Amino acid sequence: MKEHLLSAADLDAGDITRILDTAAHLAKVTDRAIKKVPTLRGRTVCNLFFEDSTRTRISFELAAKRLSADVINFTAKGSSVSKGESLKDTAITLQAMGVDAIVIRHGASGAPWRLAEWVDAVVVNAGDGTHEHPTQALLDLYTMRQHFPTFAGLRVAIVGDVLHSRVARSNVLALHTMGAEVTLVAPPTLLPARVETWGAAVSYDLDAALPKQDVVMMLRMQLERQRAGFFPSLREYARLYGLDARRLEAMPEHAIVMHPGPMNRGVEIAAEVADSIERSVIADQVANGISVRMALLYLLLGGPAVREARALPAAVAEGSAL
Amino acid sequence: MSAANPSPSPLLLRGGRLIDPASGHDGPADLLLRDGLVAEVGAGLQAGDAEPVDCDGLVVSPGFVDLHVHLREPGREDAETIETGSRAAALGGYTAICPMPNTDPVADNAGVVEMVAARGREVGLVDVFPVGAVTLGQRGEELAELGAMAHSAARVDCFSDDGHPIREARLLRLALDYAQAFDAVIADHAEDASLTDGAQMHEGEVSAILGLQGWPAAAEEMVVARDLLLAELTGGRLHLCHLSTAGSVTLVRAAKARGVQVTAEAAPHHFSLTDEAARSFDPVYKVNPPLRSKADVEAIREGLADGTIDAIATDHAPHAREDKEVEWASAPPGMLGLETALALTVTELVEPGWLRLDQAVERLAAGPARCRRLPGHGGPVVAGAPANLTVFDPAAAWTVEGPKLASRARNTPYHGRQVRGRVVHTLLRGDFTVRGGKAVR
Repeated sequence: MKEHLLSAADLDAGDITRILDTAAHLAKVTDRAIKKVPTLRGRTVCNLFFEDSTRTRISFELAAKRLSADVINFTAKGSSVSKGESLKDTAITLQAMGVDAIVIRHGASGAPWRLAEWVDAVVVNAGDGTHEHPTQALLDLYTMRQHFPTFAGLRVAIVGDVLHSRVARSNVLALHTMGAEVTLVAPPTLLPARVETWGAAVSYDLDAALPKQDVVMMLRMQLERQRAGFFPSLREYARLYGLDARRLEAMPEHAIVMHPGPMNRGVEIAAEVADSIERSVIADQVANGISVRMALLYLLLGGPAVREARALPAAVAEGSAL
Repeated sequence: MSAANPSPSPLLLRGGRLIDPASGHDGPADLLLRDGLVAEVGAGLQAGDAEPVDCDGLVVSPGFVDLHVHLREPGREDAETIETGSRAAALGGYTAICPMPNTDPVADNAGVVEMVAARGREVGLVDVFPVGAVTLGQRGEELAELGAMAHSAARVDCFSDDGHPIREARLLRLALDYAQAFDAVIADHAEDASLTDGAQMHEGEVSAILGLQGWPAAAEEMVVARDLLLAELTGGRLHLCHLSTAGSVTLVRAAKARGVQVTAEAAPHHFSLTDEAARSFDPVYKVNPPLRSKADVEAIREGLADGTIDAIATDHAPHAREDKEVEWASAPPGMLGLETALALTVTELVEPGWLRLDQAVERLAAGPARCRRLPGHGGPVVAGAPANLTVFDPAAAWTVEGPKLASRARNTPYHGRQVRGRVVHTLLRGDFTVRGGKAVR
């Protein structure tokens, strides 16, 4: 693994497997009465959030705290720190304060790359603009692995606003690394230029795609996309690309429904689908997010000894470091 | 009060290869310079009272002409000034530069263009021919007083809203018509803003994967097509700024073939870099029009080779460090160009065989001078002509070092790059502005 986690493309199949395996071991911490291990005691993790995302921030915060790291939350949104000039100043400040890891969420694509140039700390991309959200992809893969024995040949549909989705980009990269077969389903206006170069199948027809999938991942539809003219109305979008009970019936019986949240119920996903106990794994995704982020922080911050690839699974399995 | 020496001492440039596209000369020649003029061109000239300057192994050419620079004065003197920009130009082998009007205040009136021209004369390192704005405040709403600028002491003969496309076809038509009263050129920045609102880089495979909003090639090409049709309709003099796409080259080539009065320029970054550079997310690679695909780069090279593109123009765009040390989307577009243009032309066009060296000189000097009909620049280098000359070593290898550039800003995308082709001397009216690779002041 590289020293930062900026893009899902930074991870090879071995890295991803190691992260998911580590997450599986660390998930047990969450089941304990005392949900805390001393692994990262004395290390400081800063959650640097330039965009509101309470759920992602809390997930990272819990992950760091369960590993006994000290956590500081730096929420820049709404303060004077929303212009570009201050990203560097913020980086210099955090650098001077000696934080060990910075988890950054930023509205500008590529901001974590800039940050990584300016600090010595480990940088974890918690979502940058319309670019990537690699920890979301990892928790999605973790969740898929709970239901399917292998990624090889696993058929995953990613449905909705692919153009603006960092979740879609990171998932396509990670799923392809692991050998899954991805189908992107969206209206043509919400697919990026040259999407054919992504190596994924592309469909404009959700009904045609659904019966072939093992996993159906619905993307959040931001309401401003309609105002920007990408589709005529939310009603039409929901009719063509929303996952409702009828469409759920068209999916194979073993297929699961995922959503990165927060959901627009009644737009991309109907309430009865979101709440379906048999098919929806959306709540699992949230829970798994903590384990996966614990694994990442552990692997990135655990020190040179535990960062050694071979040493890791054994150390975790024996509980020696825990 | 000019800082330039009013009567430079006579010089004999001896033993160089004179490439003078305007006269068709390409071969060994000595040049005797006296009183700011070329006194004699020939073989085995005697120095007499002239100081001999050894040009063995070097190329002597008409001074380079840059149709497209941003000097940031007035308004952003922290990024560049007329003085620092003039020095960068001289070091790049330029004897004439045309600063764009997007200053603060905008050069949309006689006062600002006269100030820029006067300051240029005062610095005296390069001839400064200011470009005036086409519309008031470059807002694209109503024509600026083109006549007042044309008849000012600055004698403006080129107008542009560079950085802002002229959205209204009717307004461009009027400008192309009206400018004919002053025999002036309208230089347009071709960009359909409705397709590029919020755009960050070339629309393609790389923008898709980086999640940066795309600037499609069609947004340039549809405006190029419109502009060419309006040039044809009006008979006005149209110049197209910084062509960046294969489609634009094709459109201009076809228009020239049917006799449309149009000239065009391309910037070194559009023949030397592609959109792949954006993967770093370093805004030093952010520019407008954006770095394009490999196929576009090759089309620009072909356009320069066959003369569809008349001029290499740098679009030298200095930006203060704090303005570029930000996230990609927050950074202003633009990159330095004056001090690296020759080297990139040699390294990227001449050495790989796209252009001969004489063609390169044509696109750097004679071609741009012809686009603007600039007096005394671009050659021919003959007895009686002003001695505006560049002497360069086409084989000299060097490494671009941002901090060593004379420009006040540092935003060169070529920092650390190995290149060949270096300016040795630049002479403005027979006087060194650069000697031995160093600016004289």
